[in-house]
Amino acid sequence: MGIEILGLPLMYYIAMVVKVLVAFVFVLLTVAYATYAERKIIGHMQVRLGPMRTGWHGLLQPIADGVKLFFKEEIIPSQASTFAFLIAPLIALIPAFITFAVIPFGGTIEIAGYKIPLQVAAYYDTAAGQVFDVNVGVLYVLAMSSLGVYGIVLAGWASNSKYSLMGGLRASAQMISYELSAGLSIIAVFMLSGTLSLTKIVELQSGLGGFEWYIFKQPLAAFIFFICSLAEINRTPFDLPEAETELVSGFCTEYSSMKYAMFFMAEYANMVTVCALTATLFLGGWNGPLATAIPLLGPVYFVAKVYFLMFACMWIRATLPRYRYDQLMHLGWKVFIPVALLNIVVTGIIGFFI
Amino acid sequence: MNPITPIINGMAITLKHLFMKPVTLQYPTERPKVAARFRGLHALNVSHNKAKCVACYLCPTVCPAKCITVEAGEDANHDKFAATYEIDMLRCIFCGYCVEACPVDAIRMTGEFELANYRREDFVYSKDRLLEKK
Repeated sequence: MGIEILGLPLMYYIAMVVKVLVAFVFVLLTVAYATYAERKIIGHMQVRLGPMRTGWHGLLQPIADGVKLFFKEEIIPSQASTFAFLIAPLIALIPAFITFAVIPFGGTIEIAGYKIPLQVAAYYDTAAGQVFDVNVGVLYVLAMSSLGVYGIVLAGWASNSKYSLMGGLRASAQMISYELSAGLSIIAVFMLSGTLSLTKIVELQSGLGGFEWYIFKQPLAAFIFFICSLAEINRTPFDLPEAETELVSGFCTEYSSMKYAMFFMAEYANMVTVCALTATLFLGGWNGPLATAIPLLGPVYFVAKVYFLMFACMWIRATLPRYRYDQLMHLGWKVFIPVALLNIVVTGIIGFFI
Repeated sequence: MNPITPIINGMAITLKHLFMKPVTLQYPTERPKVAARFRGLHALNVSHNKAKCVACYLCPTVCPAKCITVEAGEDANHDKFAATYEIDMLRCIFCGYCVEACPVDAIRMTGEFELANYRREDFVYSKDRLLEKK
């Protein structure tokens, strides 16, 4: 098969680069337009219009925001720890984007006789005749999402400001406590699937005409996972790390210009990733009616599910006020963790007898 | 108490509002319909090609903000008229007492509300500027 580089066909490299670009551009555009969609949706939910002036119905608003932030003055506080201050936005942003590598956004498509699985970190081995992907994909996602907290904690600490420090402390406490219950709720899914590979998990949900989703078998786990994910990415009602009413702007109080934009992008990219992960684990990923017959329908279903979940995030933000700190901890440690543990036990008992 | 129901009710309310017609007015392009009794910029009423005002000083007397300056003059028929009539819009509180007090219906308030200006002097409206536009 044509030219081979390091024992892999040339097509492998082309497919890889294209997949990375497509996934990256998709996340980037979604992030940009998620800010617009959020302002529009929340605006209309509050019977307002949202942005209307830049472009038709404000469609150029994300670009205008980006340009404005890009040309703002870079401010580094004189008392800040410069290196940590500069590196923190990157540490927040990069894990948010690279998590997308293991999420399958479609089935296997065939281009010029070479089969390409639509997942960045996966390839189709022609000799073995099967798709190889990261077989601990979920662990990778969990690891990356917990790396993101370092960016926020570093930002809070390096800014040398009491508001930032408070924001960083809250972020670390909140993310660590909610990661536990999020992880525990995914375990119930593993008990059904028996694998950590996201491709396999999606394949296992393809029955019943593409509707054998884990949310029907594990509604409680899906609910807990989604709520905990909201808390982990600091979305309202769990946006305590940047609580504007109490902490000015929390961990990013001292940030300006592109560095502030990076935190913003990280927040929205995390939202995309978490919604994609929830769609993959509980809503059948790219599965849906006819998804296996028409390969290009898979990404459409996947994007539709992700956007629906993102709409749900915005809907929740428009509805609920922020939790108080003690309520947050109560909810995390005294409600979600016991319920998630109970869910595992019940799943285990049912699984043992069936 | 069950904590889920209120959240679901709230979500239902926000979803319902999503499909309601927004109340926002796109201000410079869309303009509000001012009520008939809106108290905006003053106007001096005109009758027989001159201001009805007879310079009786009731409006500066009743004005709580003391923003009206009137000086009386005498015309060829020995009738009193307002030689100067100025309202300082920076002091005016748009209470409408001047309109209520006027015995000859010489002053009224219009729906004009865009009173911004660049210089302080421009906020003192002289008689010419206050005369009703035909």
